[in-house]
Amino acid sequence: MRIELEKRAGASRLFSFLSPLLALLLTVIFGGIMFALLGKDPIHALHSFFIEPLLEVWSLHELAIKAGPLILIAVGLSVCYRSNNWNIGAEGQYVMGAIAGSILPVVFFEWNSPLILPLMLIMGAIGGALYAGIPALLKAHFNTNEILTSLMLVYIAQLFLDWLVRGAWRNPQGMNFPETRSFAPEAVLPPIMEASGRAHWSFVFALIAAVAVWFMMHYTLKGFEVTVLGQSPRAGRFAGFSSRKMIWFSMLLSGGLAGFAGISEVSGSIGHLQPIISPGYGFTAIIVAFLGRLNPLGIIASGLVLALTYLGGEAAQLSIGVSDKVTRVFQGLLLFFVLSCDTLIHYKVRLVFDRVRQKIEGAA
Amino acid sequence: MLEAILLTVITAATPLVIASLGELVAERSGVLNLGVEGMMIMGAVAAFAITQISGSPYMGLLAGIACGGLFSLLFGFLTLTLVANQVATGLSLTLLGLGVSGMLGESFVGVPGIKLQPIVIPLLSDIPFLGLLFRQDIAFYLSIALVVGVNWFLFRSRAGLKLRAIGDNHGSAHALGIEVIRTRYLAVLFGGACAGLAGAQLSLIYTPQWVENMTAGRGWIALALVVFASWRPWRVLAGGYLFGAVSIGQLHAQAMGLGIPSQFLSALPYAATIIVLIVISQNRRTTLINTPASLGKPFVPDR
Repeated sequence: MRIELEKRAGASRLFSFLSPLLALLLTVIFGGIMFALLGKDPIHALHSFFIEPLLEVWSLHELAIKAGPLILIAVGLSVCYRSNNWNIGAEGQYVMGAIAGSILPVVFFEWNSPLILPLMLIMGAIGGALYAGIPALLKAHFNTNEILTSLMLVYIAQLFLDWLVRGAWRNPQGMNFPETRSFAPEAVLPPIMEASGRAHWSFVFALIAAVAVWFMMHYTLKGFEVTVLGQSPRAGRFAGFSSRKMIWFSMLLSGGLAGFAGISEVSGSIGHLQPIISPGYGFTAIIVAFLGRLNPLGIIASGLVLALTYLGGEAAQLSIGVSDKVTRVFQGLLLFFVLSCDTLIHYKVRLVFDRVRQKIEGAA
Repeated sequence: MLEAILLTVITAATPLVIASLGELVAERSGVLNLGVEGMMIMGAVAAFAITQISGSPYMGLLAGIACGGLFSLLFGFLTLTLVANQVATGLSLTLLGLGVSGMLGESFVGVPGIKLQPIVIPLLSDIPFLGLLFRQDIAFYLSIALVVGVNWFLFRSRAGLKLRAIGDNHGSAHALGIEVIRTRYLAVLFGGACAGLAGAQLSLIYTPQWVENMTAGRGWIALALVVFASWRPWRVLAGGYLFGAVSIGQLHAQAMGLGIPSQFLSALPYAATIIVLIVISQNRRTTLINTPASLGKPFVPDR
C-alpha cells in the first residue's frame, strides 16, 4: 500500500477551513489514547483537559491571559513565515522586550507618572524589535541563516535575564530571591474587568494587533508585497519589491510584537522580573501561527486553543494527577497534525494498493 | 592537566560530531531536518530509561539509536510522503520531542544513572599521551568511524553519488530512475539514528543522568555545524571539536572564577555559533557552491 499525491488545480477552500479542525480532532483522539495508556479514563481526562477550564469565569480570564501573548507573537510570526523569513527566536525577543520595558519600573523606580505604562510598552516593543534586528541584519547583509541565529539568541537572552535578576537588578529588599523589585502600581497593566478576574489589557492589544495585521495583509500594498516575496522572490523583484527590506520589515514587526507581549505579561501578570517569565510562549506561538493557517484572524482562534492546552495541563494535573508536561505533548501533536492535514489543501491524497494496481496495469 | 581537559573536550565534542554527521547525510540528500534537537532528546531519554530497566548501558545505547531513528520517520512521513513544509515539520519534531521526553523522563529525574564505561584497547592505549584516544567509550570510536564511513560513502561509493545527485537536483535524479523518496527516507533515518546516538551519549556518558531539556540546544548547534562544515564530514569533525573546546573552556573558566558572570560564560557556545555562522556565510560563493541545491525543496514525483 502506498500513498500518492495529486496536485489540485488550486488550493481547496473546503480543506483550508477543515484542516485545522481535522487536526484538532486527531489531536484529541490521540490524546485520549495517550491518557488511556497512562491508565486514566480517557473521557474523564479529556473532559478535565479541554472542557473544565472553560466552565468558570475566573478560568476564562486565565485563558485570555495565556492567549494574549500567544496571539501577539503569532500574528507577527505569520507575517515572517508568509514572507519566508523563519524567525523562530520569538521567545528571546519576548524576553528582551520584557527587559527593555522593565528599565523604567526597575531602574528608575522612584519616577511615578501616568506616562510610565505607555512608555514601558513602547520600550518593550522596541527592545524586542532591536533583538530581532540582529538576525535580520545578519540575514540581510551577511546571508546568515536566520533560523539558527534567532534560535541561538533565545538562549543568550534567557541567560542575560538570569544574570540581571540575580545581579545588577536584584531587589535589594528581596531577601536574596532572584527577582527585581516589584513594579509600582502605575507600572502595572490594569485588568479589563477587575470584578471577575485577572485578565489584563494584553488580550485586547492582541485582538487589535491581529485585526490590524489582517487589514494590512488583505487591503494594503505591503501585505501584497509580503505574499509575493514569500511565494516567489523572483516575481517580487520584477515587481520592484526588495527581499532585503522585507527581511527587515517582517523581523522587526514580529520582534516588536513579541517584545510587546513580553513586557505586557511581566507588567500585567507577574509584576516583577524573574529568571523564568514565559512557559515557552515564543515557541508555542509557532504552533499558533500554523494552526491559524498564518491568517491573523485564524490566529485569534488558534491562540485561544493553545491557551487552553496550558490551562488543561494544569487542570489535568490537579484533577486526574497526570503531569502538566502533557501540555507540551498536546502542543507538539497538534502542530504535527496541522502540518499533515495541510497536505489536503494542495493535494488529493490517494491510497494505492499495489496488487490492485498491478492487475489494472496487467490488464492494460 | 592537559590530558584531563582533552578528555572532557572529547566527551563534549562527540555528540556534536555524531549528530551533525547524521544531519549532513540527510541534507546532502536534500532534506533539511530541523528536528535534530527533538530526536536527540528522545534518544537521550530512551537510552536512560532502557539502561535503568535493563541494567545495561549498551542496551540503552541501542534504544537511543532506535528511538531517534523511529522518531525521524515521523518527519520523513510528513515531509516526504505528505510533502509538508520541512522547516515547520522539523520544528514540530523538536517541540514534540521536548514534550514527550519531558513526560517520559519525569520518573527518572534525580535517579542516579549508569555510566557507559570506556573500552581500553590493549597496547595502543599505552602510547604516551596519544594513548588516551584508545581509552575512550564506544561513542567516541563510533564518531570517528562515522566520519570516515560517511566520507567514504558520500564521495567514494555509487550509492553516495546517487544520494548527492538527489540532493543537488531531485528532478533530474528522478528522471534518471533513482529512487528519490526511498533514498531520502534512508538518509532521514540515518540522521535520526545518529541524533539518537548523540542523545544517548549525553545521558549515558557526558552527564549520566536524566535532566529535562538536557540537550540544551546541542541539536541546533549540530545543525549550525553542518553549515560551518560546508557539508563535508572531515570539517564536521574539526567543527565539533572547536565547539567542544569552547563549551569545556567556558566550564573551566567558570570553575576558576575569573570574575566574569557565569551566565556570560554559559552564553559563549551560543554566541560562538552565531559568529561562526556569520564568518562562514560571508563568502556567498563557497556557500552557494556547497549547499545542496534541492535542500528543503518539496518533491512530488510526476508520473
